[in-house]
Amino acid sequence: MAMEASEIERLIKEALPDATISIEDLRGDGDHYSAHIVSGAFEGKSRVQQHQIVYAALQGRMGGELHALALQTSTPK
Amino acid sequence: MSDNPVFDRIKSEVDENQVVLFMKGSPMFPQCGFSAAVSTLLSNLQVKFKGVDVLQDGEIRQGVKDYANWPTVPQLYVKGEFVGGCDIVREMYETGELEQLLKDKDVEFAA
Repeated sequence: MAMEASEIERLIKEALPDATISIEDLRGDGDHYSAHIVSGAFEGKSRVQQHQIVYAALQGRMGGELHALALQTSTPK
Repeated sequence: MSDNPVFDRIKSEVDENQVVLFMKGSPMFPQCGFSAAVSTLLSNLQVKFKGVDVLQDGEIRQGVKDYANWPTVPQLYVKGEFVGGCDIVREMYETGELEQLLKDKDVEFAA
């Protein structure tokens, strides 16, 4: 199963409206992505918590229809 | 923590072993690129760890996701604490934080 990058971006944006998101389709197969997400919502959170926020935004798709999403999260400079 | 019986099994795994990696396959024969990557990093640091193959046990496979509120495998635990999945572990390895964490937690390294 695959998921469009635009759909991933839309879901994250919905949960984190301030986020700057860059998504790369690593293999061009719509199934292996990497995403770099910058959001103020990550401020003061551990890496685990930051990734959990993103996974929550994806509403259960991660590990399901979305097989691989390498995540990098950071706060605005 | 919860009345989910598999949580007790997971808890005793991570309490009884200093470093636990829930993974697909075994450290010798990983069945997934992400599990292989984390397993290799731990081996590079020469840390003793227990690999738990979630493919052998459907309850554990789902259970670890609920236990850590984390949707994917691999998952690394150090002294009972969830450290992260592949991305976080790799990032921490590259910055030296992982080795520091293992030392701070006084984890046993291979002789």
